[in-house]
Amino acid sequence: MSTEYGHAATGGGRNPGGAVLSVRDLTVTFPSDDGPVKAVRGVSYDLRSGEVLGIVGESGSGKSVTSMAVMGLLPKTARITGSVEFRGQELLGLSEKEMTSVRGKKIAMIFQDPMTSLNPVYKIGWQLSEAVLAHHDVSKEVARKRALELLEIVGIPSPDKRIDQYPHEFSGGMRQRVVIAIAMANDPDVIIADEPTTALDVTVQAQVLEALRAAQHETGAAMVLITHDLGVVAGQADRVLVMYAGKPVEIGPIDGIYYQPRMPYTVGLLGSLPRLDQRTQEKLTPIPGTPPSVVNLPPGCPFAPRCPLRTEICLEREPALLPVLGAEHEAACHHSDQLVNHERAMEIFSTDPNAVPGAGPQDGGPGAEQGVGESGEQSAGPSPAPSAEQGTVQDPASPAPGPGPQPEQGSGPAPGTGPNRDQNPGTDAGRDPGQDPQSGAAQ
Amino acid sequence: MTPDPAPAPPPPPSPGAAPLLSVRNLVKEFPIRSSGLIRKQVGVVQAVSDISFDITAGETLGLVGESGCGKSTTSRAVLQLQPATSGRVTFNGVELTTAGKSTLRRLRRDMQLVFQDPFASLDPRITVNEIIAEPLRIHGLYGDKGGGQKKVRDLMATVGLKPEHGNRYPHEFSGGQRQRIGIARALALRPKLLVLDEPVSALDVSIQAGVINLLEELQDELGLAYLFVAHDLSVVRHIADRVAVMYLGKIVEIGPRDDLFDRPQHPYTQALISAIPIPDPRRERSRERILLQGDVPSPANPPSGCRFRTRCPKFLTLTADQQQRCINEEPLLIGRGPGGMATSEDAAHKAACHYAETLDVL
Repeated sequence: MSTEYGHAATGGGRNPGGAVLSVRDLTVTFPSDDGPVKAVRGVSYDLRSGEVLGIVGESGSGKSVTSMAVMGLLPKTARITGSVEFRGQELLGLSEKEMTSVRGKKIAMIFQDPMTSLNPVYKIGWQLSEAVLAHHDVSKEVARKRALELLEIVGIPSPDKRIDQYPHEFSGGMRQRVVIAIAMANDPDVIIADEPTTALDVTVQAQVLEALRAAQHETGAAMVLITHDLGVVAGQADRVLVMYAGKPVEIGPIDGIYYQPRMPYTVGLLGSLPRLDQRTQEKLTPIPGTPPSVVNLPPGCPFAPRCPLRTEICLEREPALLPVLGAEHEAACHHSDQLVNHERAMEIFSTDPNAVPGAGPQDGGPGAEQGVGESGEQSAGPSPAPSAEQGTVQDPASPAPGPGPQPEQGSGPAPGTGPNRDQNPGTDAGRDPGQDPQSGAAQ
Repeated sequence: MTPDPAPAPPPPPSPGAAPLLSVRNLVKEFPIRSSGLIRKQVGVVQAVSDISFDITAGETLGLVGESGCGKSTTSRAVLQLQPATSGRVTFNGVELTTAGKSTLRRLRRDMQLVFQDPFASLDPRITVNEIIAEPLRIHGLYGDKGGGQKKVRDLMATVGLKPEHGNRYPHEFSGGQRQRIGIARALALRPKLLVLDEPVSALDVSIQAGVINLLEELQDELGLAYLFVAHDLSVVRHIADRVAVMYLGKIVEIGPRDDLFDRPQHPYTQALISAIPIPDPRRERSRERILLQGDVPSPANPPSGCRFRTRCPKFLTLTADQQQRCINEEPLLIGRGPGGMATSEDAAHKAACHYAETLDVL
């Protein structure tokens, strides 16, 4: 369905095939007391005219920060490098005034919480007209007429009455549709939608997704759809970019990513989803551990501590994004060839917690999250930098000594627990600001 | 319920076996008060409106619906955390709505609650050991120091946490691990029923899967019954044996999991299932969505007759006479045959729609 719109848009005569938005080696770093937080560590993608690019990843993977950087919406403390080109025009480094002429008119953004995007003290119609008037020299009557049209397109019932109401009189789903209407107001070439349906109920989500499709169809804009919901992406996107720890780990056409994933993280993500359409009671395959903290990432592949395929090289060198299935589909994994014909999570991830690398078998607990989880937790946790680094490096290394390290090794982190714990009160204060930019910006 | 020896296989909802939990005609109302100094009561919201269901030992009943449908209120009213306005809740043969404080306290050992937000539901000032020991101490089961500590360590191992980390504070754990702490605390008193209120919706998917697996394993090992409240139907399809769908304070459809998902009868259930995106691009492209119009009406002033009729896609296809029935007569939650004909009150799969019709929406 989404492809249909893709073609419709390219048929609309907008620079067919070319990239509207081109992001190259984008990095975003926030300073913090614990050291620099590398929220985005090198993102490159091309958004082609009329297509929908889905960006997926878990919280803290940097998917939202990437788009905020593209829109120039990050706080001044953020250090941004790389390049963001809109139809050949470099956006990074533009003055606020120059950026204002791009925002809304050429690139529009839709945020997760519609209430923060709408002004509670102005009527919906005024806010829509304002968006139209900001970039067009038309009369107020024309702007209001356009506002009515826009409300109609996004499926607001009886728009002629609704236009004179305030945001608080609208339900969450309708507010989000108003935000979509505002995003459409200036016929942008790119719409960036950041978790547009996350706070909404499913039946409302379906309405909003329908409105988004209508908006894209109407404007012929290319869209970046940021979400953690792999179901939403499956129905909307033409291509998908999977992010992990601030970097793209896989990018490709939607079918390739879902049916022939070539990065263990993507495989694991798909395997951990319960499926509405599955009768069989297969066990889910969770990914052991937790995502790493982007403060003081250890060298090597950031997914290595959780990865069932990791070897020595994974801990030493971070893999580059390389073509795996044709030039379109790229993955960042030293062992992506091992995934050929092993595309199902259960074939590479073990559901048996005792077999999880790094898990202390003596604990015998049913939680697969445990063993390696501890390392993830430590690095994400309050420990001061060096020990956090060690925690993640040591743990993955622990399978190397072989099956030996049982009970006592398992408590290897435990001696560390003592001093760690004592340090906590001290590091506590330092930790929150450290996480703030990350978590705050991640939303 | 102790005589039931084999809780592991999904028990059929047979009316023969006495249920562990039995809810009948449960109503929970909240007052609407006027603003101003006096705050006079000006109306009433029926958050839960005359619902009935059973849970047998070792069974999982999924309670689903959108925000504001009354599913969380139901879970709290079942546990008597908020007294029900009317109706009966029978647990293990004991009537809870009229039970005294001491009886309730004793019975609460057997029914525990796991909350949605693993950040808000754990006391940040006490260690994990103390959090898990607290219910044991309250009920006088902690025993001497060595015995109590062993119990806590065992519980931590059961939920997949390292017992050595018991001296840490909640903030030192990740979201998934905190949810495991909450589960360990709920398990401490060896309950028979766990009420899980959106237990995984605050977690990232890769972490969520581990907690779901843990819940399944615990159920197999300990023979727990779950009342699993969630808005995520994919999770419910995975974990529940039976599913009840709520809309505006009422159960509109209830049935065995596969019946309900593969052959939904109520138009709301059908719309709900069709709205859930499936992480499978080819299937998504070929699926048709039932788009509902408008929003959920205010529970303070619900529509007459069938509460769903204002948004019902089926309603629009009916003749004027048929529509009149939806407006005047509230449909009963009973077994339905072709054309919505009422069949049996004891059917496993029941729908509250005069014109219920099976529709495959997956």
